[in-house]
Amino acid sequence: MRTKNETVKDDKHRMDGTRVVHKAVASRDDRWFDRINTAFLIGVVLVIGYPLWFVLIASISDPQAVESGKVWIWPVDFTIDGYLRVFAENSIWIGYRNTIVYTLVGVALHLCLVLPCAYALSRQYMAGRTAVTWYILFTMLFSGGIVPTYLVVKDLGMLDTMWAVVVPGAAGAWSILVGRAFFKQTVPNELAESAKVDGASDIQIFFRIAIPLSAPIIATLALFHGVGLWNEYFKALIYLSERDKFTLQLVLRELLVVSQEASQGEAGSADSLVEQQRLASLIKYAVMIVASLPLLIVYPFLQRFFTQGVLIGSVKE
Amino acid sequence: MSARTGLEMTRTLPEEATVRPAPVRPSRWSRLRRSLRSNWQLYLLAAPALIFFLIFNYVPMYGAQIAFKDFIASQGIWGSDWTGFKHFERFFDSFYFWRLLRNTLVLSVYQVILFPLPIILALALNEVKNVFFKRFAQTLTYAPHFVSLVVVVGMLFAFLDPRTGLVNHVIGFVGLGPIQFMQDPDWFRHLYVWSGVWQTLGWSTIIYLAALAGVNPELHQAAEVDGANRLQRIRHVNIPAIMPTVMVLFILDFGSFMSVGFEKVLLMNNSLNSSTSDVIQTFVYETGLLQGQYSYAAAVGLFDSVINIILLVGVNQLARRYSENSLW
Repeated sequence: MRTKNETVKDDKHRMDGTRVVHKAVASRDDRWFDRINTAFLIGVVLVIGYPLWFVLIASISDPQAVESGKVWIWPVDFTIDGYLRVFAENSIWIGYRNTIVYTLVGVALHLCLVLPCAYALSRQYMAGRTAVTWYILFTMLFSGGIVPTYLVVKDLGMLDTMWAVVVPGAAGAWSILVGRAFFKQTVPNELAESAKVDGASDIQIFFRIAIPLSAPIIATLALFHGVGLWNEYFKALIYLSERDKFTLQLVLRELLVVSQEASQGEAGSADSLVEQQRLASLIKYAVMIVASLPLLIVYPFLQRFFTQGVLIGSVKE
Repeated sequence: MSARTGLEMTRTLPEEATVRPAPVRPSRWSRLRRSLRSNWQLYLLAAPALIFFLIFNYVPMYGAQIAFKDFIASQGIWGSDWTGFKHFERFFDSFYFWRLLRNTLVLSVYQVILFPLPIILALALNEVKNVFFKRFAQTLTYAPHFVSLVVVVGMLFAFLDPRTGLVNHVIGFVGLGPIQFMQDPDWFRHLYVWSGVWQTLGWSTIIYLAALAGVNPELHQAAEVDGANRLQRIRHVNIPAIMPTVMVLFILDFGSFMSVGFEKVLLMNNSLNSSTSDVIQTFVYETGLLQGQYSYAAAVGLFDSVINIILLVGVNQLARRYSENSLW
């Protein structure tokens, strides 16, 4: 396709002698540019892709081969023992189940809070919407901090419940702005106003007209928030202490970080830690895959919604 | 509309204008009242989110006053005694203040220096003509964005393990002894920042690629006619075209300058590398939530938030003065 393009261009330039020279020099430069650029990008792809590839092959190789440095490009001594151990581990199952539940509930809550508010703010006939928008925007600029937020969650009696992970952060200024921009475009104000003249109420318009049109924005918001919840560990760390409430990321943290810290550091390890270290060396790569795979498999197919979210979110007022 | 009728009234009745100097305001309120009556359902739709922000954003802001008090749980936020700037003074006078500030600033500055990396990658991707390769490179470089922080730090621990890690096997071949990367304060900053680059590089290109897609092709054709090669066209057409986007993102970065990605720092932080890995927010977490010194930790956290907002406003002000691009 490229060569065809070039010959066409060359034909055009042959009428004018001087430009042919320019063109020849430029296209030789450009060919070198293409080669170097492609090499650079292949390098970037390798550097970014290799760690993921290594985790994948290490997860299906014999742990001893991995630890002695034999695993390199292909799996060595293929085994799925790591995965079998992962699935035999109760805490991982509990974490997985909790994460799925928290993510689904959290996403539902997010949409219930964000969509109606975003729709309301997108209506030009809503007086005071500028003030309300500032009220929301200000939360982006300033926050009370970790400690006062913790005290609020504690006072609400949410400690050690799913709600501590799901409710704080359930609505965000960014999501509302994204939703508002979407509704402004998809549901014209005139449409809503004429529907009102015909006797429809705003709530009816929202549910009967706006919601049926908003599949793309629902997907975008749900995916962004869902990924965030799936990967969240800090809220779970500070608000949860009962093990049967733990999220997957919190269980992973114990296996992949805390036990490794103890084994690589000099800290005298307690028995439970030694047990965790032994387990970790067997299953660490398999568990990384098990935890990340759902998102890594899904996102290439939903990339459209993710990029759309980034782009709408970046539109300046 | 109603604002204008208010103004006309002041012109015809000058005596009344001196009594009521702001004739616009009552009309705005009446407009709001009328809107509340006819569009009350819109306000109802917005209410749950607004109440949410009140409870989870504004109440904590109100609660941040414990930074100026000695918070006692039984007396509540309002009932505790005021102590002025005691907690701030204690923090500024403490031996670890400068260490925390330095560690936080070094990490932030290090990250800001690497700000051009995604721009370079976006410019390079934009030049690829093979659609399949371009899509593949994009999809693959986005992948780490979807890996959780815990797994990323877990990968660091696994790869950098002095005995079993891949990296130490490799440098073992070259004859270099095993390095205790995760315990070494000298390595912490590089590991933190570059693992972050690994995770966010591809994802950050999305916005630049979109800006590049919007570049007028006629500009390129004109430059081509003038004999500009690809590199020159990137420099004189593409880069100026994405500058507004670059500036806005650059300014936004300063809004979280002092917070650094402390959730990741917390995962990587341990007693051996703490001389470089203790940052202000991990300190807030430790003193506030682990040791229960609520007031003191709230003061430190408030100091951090205030610096953040000052930086954001300041950088935006600078951008407004020296270029056409700013947030507001």
